[in-house]
Amino acid sequence: MAILVTARTMALIESETAPERVEMHAEHHPQLAHHFESMEQQREAGTLGMWWFLLTEIMFFGGMFLAYTVYRHMYFSAFAEGSNVLSIWWGTFNTAVLIGSSLTMALAVFHAQTGNAKKTTLFLLLTIFLGLVFLRVKYIEYSDKFAEHVFPAGAFEWPTHEAPAGPHNVGDLLLMLTGFEATHEPSVTQQGLPVKVTTNHAEAGPYYGVAGPIPEEIENPSNAGHVRMFFWLYFAMTGFHALHMIIGIGILLVLAVQAWKKKFSREYHSYVELTGLYWHFVDIVWIFLFALLYLVDRHP
Amino acid sequence: MSSATAIPSEIADVQWNGERLNYLNNGHGLKSWLLTKDHKRIAILYLISVSAFFILGGIFALLIRINLLVPQGEFPADTYDRLFTAHGVIMVFLFLVPAVPAILGNFLIPIMIGAKDLAFPKINLLSWYIYMLAGVILLYAIFAGGIDTGWTFYTPYSTSYSNSNVLLAGLGIFVAGFSSILTGINFIVTIHTMRAPGMTWFRLPLFVWAHYATALVIMLATPVLAITVSLMAIERVTHVGIFDPAMGGDPVLFQHMFWFYSHPAVYIMVLPAMGIVSELIANLSHKNIFGYKFIAMSSLAIGIFGFLVWGHHLFVSTQSVYLGLAFSFLSYVVAIPSAIKVFNWTATLFKGSISYDTPMLYGLGFIGLFLIGGMTGLFLAALGLDVQVHDTYFVIAHFHYVMVGGSLMGFLGGLHLWWGKMTGREYPEYWARAAMIIQFVGFNLTFFPQFILGYLGMPRRYASYPPEFQVLHVLSTAGASILGIGLGITIFYLLWSLKRGKRAAANPWGAPGLEWRTTSPPPTENFYETPVVTWEAYEFAPIETMEVLGYPGDPGRPTQPVHAEHGTED
Amino acid sequence: MSEHIVSKKTYYTVFLALLAGTALTVVMAFVNLHNWNIVVALLIAGAKASLVIAFFMHVKYSSKLTKMWVAVGFIWLFLLLAITMTDFLTRAWLVYKP
Ligand SMILES: [Cu+2]
Repeated sequence: MAILVTARTMALIESETAPERVEMHAEHHPQLAHHFESMEQQREAGTLGMWWFLLTEIMFFGGMFLAYTVYRHMYFSAFAEGSNVLSIWWGTFNTAVLIGSSLTMALAVFHAQTGNAKKTTLFLLLTIFLGLVFLRVKYIEYSDKFAEHVFPAGAFEWPTHEAPAGPHNVGDLLLMLTGFEATHEPSVTQQGLPVKVTTNHAEAGPYYGVAGPIPEEIENPSNAGHVRMFFWLYFAMTGFHALHMIIGIGILLVLAVQAWKKKFSREYHSYVELTGLYWHFVDIVWIFLFALLYLVDRHP
Repeated sequence: MSSATAIPSEIADVQWNGERLNYLNNGHGLKSWLLTKDHKRIAILYLISVSAFFILGGIFALLIRINLLVPQGEFPADTYDRLFTAHGVIMVFLFLVPAVPAILGNFLIPIMIGAKDLAFPKINLLSWYIYMLAGVILLYAIFAGGIDTGWTFYTPYSTSYSNSNVLLAGLGIFVAGFSSILTGINFIVTIHTMRAPGMTWFRLPLFVWAHYATALVIMLATPVLAITVSLMAIERVTHVGIFDPAMGGDPVLFQHMFWFYSHPAVYIMVLPAMGIVSELIANLSHKNIFGYKFIAMSSLAIGIFGFLVWGHHLFVSTQSVYLGLAFSFLSYVVAIPSAIKVFNWTATLFKGSISYDTPMLYGLGFIGLFLIGGMTGLFLAALGLDVQVHDTYFVIAHFHYVMVGGSLMGFLGGLHLWWGKMTGREYPEYWARAAMIIQFVGFNLTFFPQFILGYLGMPRRYASYPPEFQVLHVLSTAGASILGIGLGITIFYLLWSLKRGKRAAANPWGAPGLEWRTTSPPPTENFYETPVVTWEAYEFAPIETMEVLGYPGDPGRPTQPVHAEHGTED
Repeated sequence: MSEHIVSKKTYYTVFLALLAGTALTVVMAFVNLHNWNIVVALLIAGAKASLVIAFFMHVKYSSKLTKMWVAVGFIWLFLLLAITMTDFLTRAWLVYKP
């Protein structure tokens, strides 16, 4: 009996050393992780995972969009005041820049799909460049706001003068972007153009249950506290957006190096694709931020 | 009890548990564990760390109960605040949320669907490290000064007045959220793309369905918590008035955002436990589960409806009464899918050949206690009654019946059901049953008096109380001690079984799931060949046909090692 | 599911459409539409976002499942916004007016 058991044990141990299983896929791509059966499955998993990550991002920004909606509803005129001193010129310019970067990203994916390593690298670098331009403009806008003391934390001053007009021509723009020309000229506008106060929207009353619209004469013409609400939202939303841009640029840099080293091929390029999805998502967030932050009650 | 002991047990033991290569002995040393990408090893890492946090949270619970032994309280009030906050934060964010998904889900989902691993093994490991980072941050916040806001962090107290580690705690929760999001992504993608050939959606074990629904909830709810604590932190640092009514902000907005996460989080905690209960009720009744599709779909329904009821936590805030009515109604609606599950489990038990082993005891305990927790939840969902019992011990008792009676019972039941699968060793049945009964008694003695206390008007989070409540409080503390002893016994014998327990068989319960068709413990890639599923979920077949798939042993021999205790049905 | 390669021409067309949308939304912001300004702005933003999602992110060519998840994301965002706003819009209704 004992011999029988021993023999069986030996047989079992022996069989352990045999290859565990027959590989089901004959062509084993070097980039195929061991736990996937095929490149197809691996790609599908990556795409689905990225989409779900983006869904969490929607909800993450969603919390701020919620705060924006609530406070815009409560303090519409203050939001209009705040929005009107943002530079619509820079805002529009940046929107165009980001849309352009989405285009270059899409083209980078295209060239990755068709296996053109050189062009993939080129368009990844272009995307990075446009992303950096966006951040540079954001920096200009932020420093304007700091200089005017409309940063919500610390000494917040309101009313402020109107927004800087932005560059006058292309040369001007280049000088501003490269930092050779000052972007902020306080002397010109420091007198302060009167800040427009809307009256067609009564300041929302429901807070703590005050019913009905507040009569217009009580409305505070410079509701500094509530403009502050607009500005913390502006800085929080654009700040988190910029943070996503910075992370995106970091990833793109790594990808550009890898693309240069011909890591990607027709069969294997999902990292480029997935980063593309992320980058386009960041673009979409900006499309909404632009409409919600820069365009409130602009009309005369 | 069956007498079909055809194979001498020592042969069976050798066959399955000689020095067979498995995930536990495939690599040794700390490094092989800390750098592992094997979902099973990561599950074990989670098991160790989550258990440690659970014990710590339990110690805080006992300190709370000690304080409440006497009407004036044993500790100063602000110490007491820190105690219950520590208990809440640890139990919610470091135990209840990750417990079942990150341990049992992590271990079992790939095996149950016939995959070699989760879709993103590196992300899986990363999620554990992030979890540990969150744990370290939260522990530091708790022990270096403490947090006194309660686990809900209501503003403006948390942002303007609290003189404790709110920022660190917020950071810890943010980080912990990342960890559960990564786990959630992994589950969704794995269940979608990694199923074995033949494993259709309606052949998935209900455990997998429950985790799928849980993952959806995690992914859609957790980011909102992340932004909520971020805004809370920004407000605390800058005082720009985000949630401060003095500056135009609205603290109720914080509550909306917080409960948009935290109510669904209840389902993150309880849905996986429901999945476990489905498994152990079916497997230990040796009977196909009743109403498979209803249970599967009710998981999704709970997940979705769970998002529509958060306002029942705001009935006494300034929330609109009209919205309150809607929330009240929807909270009743969400009870329906939960009830469907309970009915189906009961129907499964009916005429089943039930083995009253420990997992089954936990399953029955779950059903009973969750029923009480759920029904008292309806009391609280009723707008009028909630105004009376809001923020009293009635609420405390209610959610402990759901969280401890539901999640913890489910978790322990699952841990016992799959203990042999995970560790290769059996737990001692006698001690396990005894511990379960002690826990059950202790639990009820702890929390049932709290229903009465709450109904009589004892508010939550108070360090002292009128003397007439003392009898009930002492009963509750006595119950907590018994519960603590029961849990201590479990921890002790589980550790003991690692060295001294009997070798576990591949399929001790005669169950049909894929995880029972591999060895205990499984090999690193889970199976010896990619399984091809040709049977329905819970299709109980004659036990000889449920062999270990592709095991390179003797294929002709019946692979079902039998020992007398877990006999098959006659 | 084999991957679909979108042509360069499509990308450039979408890019031009997005630029046009941007121009349009800025122009419309300066026209007084009273309460409808925000609606127009959001409609244009939504259209631009849809273009990016459909073409740049290849959702038009993706499986139904992907399309569903994208929808789920926006539906959940809508739930969060709509239900919470219901509170703020109806809070004042019952209050006693002196
Ligand atoms: Cu709730």
